[in-house]
Amino acid sequence: MNYPESYRYTKEHEWVSLAGDTATVGITFHAQEELGDIVYVDLPKPGAQLAKGDSFGSVESVKAVSDIYAPVGGEVLEANELLTSSPEKLNEDPHEAAWLIKIRVSDPNEFNNLLSAADYQTYVGAES
Amino acid sequence: MTTAPLKRTPLNEVHRAFGAKMVDFGGWDMPVQYTGLIDEHNTVRNAVGLFDVSHMGEIEIRGPEAAKLTDFVTTNAVSKLKHGQAQYSGLLYEHGGFVDDILVHKVADDSFFICVNASNQEKDFEHIVGVSGDFECEVEFASGKYAQLAIQGPKALETAQQLTETPLAGIRYYWFTDGMFAGVPARIARTGYTGEDGFEVYVAPDVAADVWKAIMEAGKPAGIKPCGLGARNTLRLESKMALYGHEIGASISPLEADLGWIVKFDKGEFIGRDALVKQKQAGLKRKLTGFEMRGRGIGRDGYEVTIGGQPAGWVTSGSPAPTLNRNIGLCYLPLERAKPGEKIEIVVRNQAVEAETVPTPFYKRPQ
Repeated sequence: MNYPESYRYTKEHEWVSLAGDTATVGITFHAQEELGDIVYVDLPKPGAQLAKGDSFGSVESVKAVSDIYAPVGGEVLEANELLTSSPEKLNEDPHEAAWLIKIRVSDPNEFNNLLSAADYQTYVGAES
Repeated sequence: MTTAPLKRTPLNEVHRAFGAKMVDFGGWDMPVQYTGLIDEHNTVRNAVGLFDVSHMGEIEIRGPEAAKLTDFVTTNAVSKLKHGQAQYSGLLYEHGGFVDDILVHKVADDSFFICVNASNQEKDFEHIVGVSGDFECEVEFASGKYAQLAIQGPKALETAQQLTETPLAGIRYYWFTDGMFAGVPARIARTGYTGEDGFEVYVAPDVAADVWKAIMEAGKPAGIKPCGLGARNTLRLESKMALYGHEIGASISPLEADLGWIVKFDKGEFIGRDALVKQKQAGLKRKLTGFEMRGRGIGRDGYEVTIGGQPAGWVTSGSPAPTLNRNIGLCYLPLERAKPGEKIEIVVRNQAVEAETVPTPFYKRPQ
């Protein structure tokens, strides 16, 4: 699986891409694979304030429900409406079309301190 | 505290080669899914799937009083069984709660073969041995002698028939026979835990991998797929089959679990009978009930059930039902509420979500 080099990753299996001060957040290919067939995605409304590490929603598969944590803090700008009607997209395209939320980041250093694509893949490899 | 290494079935390598996702299932390293839970579930409903259930345990009771002992430790009527017939039954404590739910197979008048849950097998064996002293028979912990493969789905018969000269169509539901299967001696039972037609085949562990491959090959035209425990769980839930530790357990009686049909009070003395008689006389306080979510959410195992905001019970199993395209579950409710059409709420992550009790089983296969 391709883990984009320009993204940053967390040990909780989220990814973040940054354009200006807008971060796009999703869950990784590995995360969706672990969860299995996804049936519900719950996301916050625009305007919500998140601190790094806050639980901001959940992803529910046939088997189980998992919380998702904010990899960076800031204000929620947008939640991906595609996932309300088609949660299964998260299994198909987790790194692109099935992003979860966009955040206006308050501290860009939080992004820089996350794992690189290589480090994340090493971490996932060691975990399994 | 040290962690014991996970136990492996003889098919562990095969699962890994097939790309299964493995999980710790009650101390066993088992495949939870291969291609995907929903895909595997639908394959069993529409074609045929193959499961490794070798983690299940086997206990054999043999001797002149084998039938008497088996009858004494189980709730169903062993005397009604004919040679080659199997029955679903309960192993109870004196207080009427479940030690385990089991399948009793009558091999001969003096020989019974009992299939038990993986995580309960040692406890079951101790329980039976503990009372066997008064009976002239031997009780053997036989799990090491068997691997078990489940071939399940509407195309299970045509798949399995290719591997044996025994006419399988002649084996009725909940009957079994011993014969050659894929070139090895096997016990072939028309049983399962999916709600579909199918067979559970018991073979020696050292040939299990060869038998698995032969079944996969024979099932190719029918579109067979290996299936994991994830699909096994959604399949059994749609068919309202109980899972130990969820619908049943040490603090739950068969009457509460809506399994009164496996309790034969008129057969005479058996462990747990007195407690069940008392419970019946006093009246049940709670009963297992099916529900469907009406609001958005899934009622999961252990979630609280409320009625009008007041605590009423708990969810024993809950999941999206792939065949029905609804979110279903089983829960314990006060007896007076344990009937279809009741408005209830499931507390999903601190939020009460509307649900309604419904008739069960949720799914019944077309006859």
